[in-house]
Amino acid sequence: AGNFQFPEIGSLHLIRCYPPASAQAFAEKWKLNNPAYPPWTWVKSLEVPIFATNQVEEGYLSLENVCIVKSNDDEVASCVEGEASLYDKEDEESTDSATLVQTSSGNDNVQPYYFDFHIIYSASFRVPVLYFRAYCSDGRSLGLNEIESVLPANSAKVLLESKWTFITQEEHPYLNRPWCKLHPCGSSDWMKLLFQAVEKVDRPAMELYLVSWFSVVGPVIGLGIPIQMLKEP
Amino acid sequence: MKEAQEFVWMGAIPLQIHLHESEVTTVPPPPPALILAPRIGYLPLLLPLIKPYFSSTLPPGVDTVWFEYKGLPLKWYIPTGVLFDLLCAEPERPWNLTIHFRGYPSHLLIPCEGEDSVKWNFINSLKEADYIINGNCKNVMHMSQSDQLELWNSVVNANLEAFIRSSSKLKSGTIEDDYASKSSLSSQKSQKMIGEADTSVQTKTGKVPVRLYVWNVSEDFGDMEDAPPIDSWDRISYVNRPLEIHREEGKCFTLHDAIKTLLPELFGKKRKPSEGENDEQSFGSEEETKNNRMTEEGEGNISQPLETGSTADDDPEIKLLRIQGIEPKLETPISWVANHLRHPENFLHVCVYIKVPSAKSL
Repeated sequence: AGNFQFPEIGSLHLIRCYPPASAQAFAEKWKLNNPAYPPWTWVKSLEVPIFATNQVEEGYLSLENVCIVKSNDDEVASCVEGEASLYDKEDEESTDSATLVQTSSGNDNVQPYYFDFHIIYSASFRVPVLYFRAYCSDGRSLGLNEIESVLPANSAKVLLESKWTFITQEEHPYLNRPWCKLHPCGSSDWMKLLFQAVEKVDRPAMELYLVSWFSVVGPVIGLGIPIQMLKEP
Repeated sequence: MKEAQEFVWMGAIPLQIHLHESEVTTVPPPPPALILAPRIGYLPLLLPLIKPYFSSTLPPGVDTVWFEYKGLPLKWYIPTGVLFDLLCAEPERPWNLTIHFRGYPSHLLIPCEGEDSVKWNFINSLKEADYIINGNCKNVMHMSQSDQLELWNSVVNANLEAFIRSSSKLKSGTIEDDYASKSSLSSQKSQKMIGEADTSVQTKTGKVPVRLYVWNVSEDFGDMEDAPPIDSWDRISYVNRPLEIHREEGKCFTLHDAIKTLLPELFGKKRKPSEGENDEQSFGSEEETKNNRMTEEGEGNISQPLETGSTADDDPEIKLLRIQGIEPKLETPISWVANHLRHPENFLHVCVYIKVPSAKSL
């Protein structure tokens, strides 16, 4: 467990995630089907009245303190239990512990890395975009090279080949800090493909949007989702 | 159109760059480097010009270059002209910056591995703009590596001719505006944007790639000189959202309408787009633009008093709006602004100082 310094959140933020019902459905299904994982939480934009909106509630999905372990035999161990760090504007201090419960190999020579994931809507590409960052137990941020070593083998290979267009270090849209971003360029194409099968875009389909999106994106960074999440409740 | 493009490409900021005192190992300390920086360029690209001034005085170690203005580390991927317009309320000439070769603040700034980082940031922005304008990134994705390199080099060298040649392979399109095209001024110029490329006709709800940098000024100040300095990027709200133009018959979608559309939270319920006033007034800023075209930062005559056009007392006040170093009239059609003042990656970068009335603030 470590005590991490969360970055300062400034007073002017504007965050949108559309559709919000989709975010909620995603978070609920995840919680139901991934008991070993911390839950996704909804981070609201800070309520500074000048940016308070009477429109859709604004925020982004956050999953933090996920421990990913790279064991010695080059396999990424299953993600393990940790307590989510809930960022709540009323709660100044966040509980901040992530504990390693098990690894698949039980090997002692493991290097635990901790990941934070934020799903933020891109108004430009009109798709959700995955931002993430990684750090060690002592709180030190990992560079892209080190993160590469924890990615699933396929992703690491793609990263090597498309250094600047796949996963890049970019500024978090709202936190003014460097994060890693998974490029959304192809996203809307395959989201269209995924939704082509849906005859009419109805409420359950839209709620599944994020789940579907994550089913493709998650494995890229080593977060799979159980098949149950893709089924209707 | 070409004249406005030249104006934009020739725009430059005189910089006076000081080496940070912690990195000076010689006595006396080296004099500052005097560099003329293209507005449409990026600070890291100036390194080959700057380094010779300081290389003999640096402490041993590997260079990790970063720039700073009054203690604020500068985001290297924001074009130089935009940084200047945003951070210098009262334009400072020359602009005094501090350069560091050590101690990169990697907890604050994304890494910069030299020209490559800047290039890829540019290409990715170009793709994003492509997506916003055309609904896909095909134009950029289909450019060969060597074409992309050629395009990039034209930006590095601020070479407009080369840029026009390279970007003919990109269909960047223009923003069609039925209202504006009725005026005598705009009918004189071709509607082609970049080079002789076939321009894709925009649909009725064309989208414009815009990057808005909003500084919410909490205190009142008379002169720009008295504006408090920006000491943290958390004070700036960065809005990277495509602008959707809503067309109404006989009405002009102005720059003012654009700002209100991009910041609905600040400007209350949507207003109707402004009635187009007589042609001379709407296009007055184009004349002013031509008169003020300069290679260096213009003098105070560029500034015009701003009309907010806001009648409600509780509406926020736009204290300053700068694009490419000029302060266009808010009634200017947004199609003109976007087509003429955008950067090479097709984004329109707009710096706005807004004062929110106390009723709304904490």
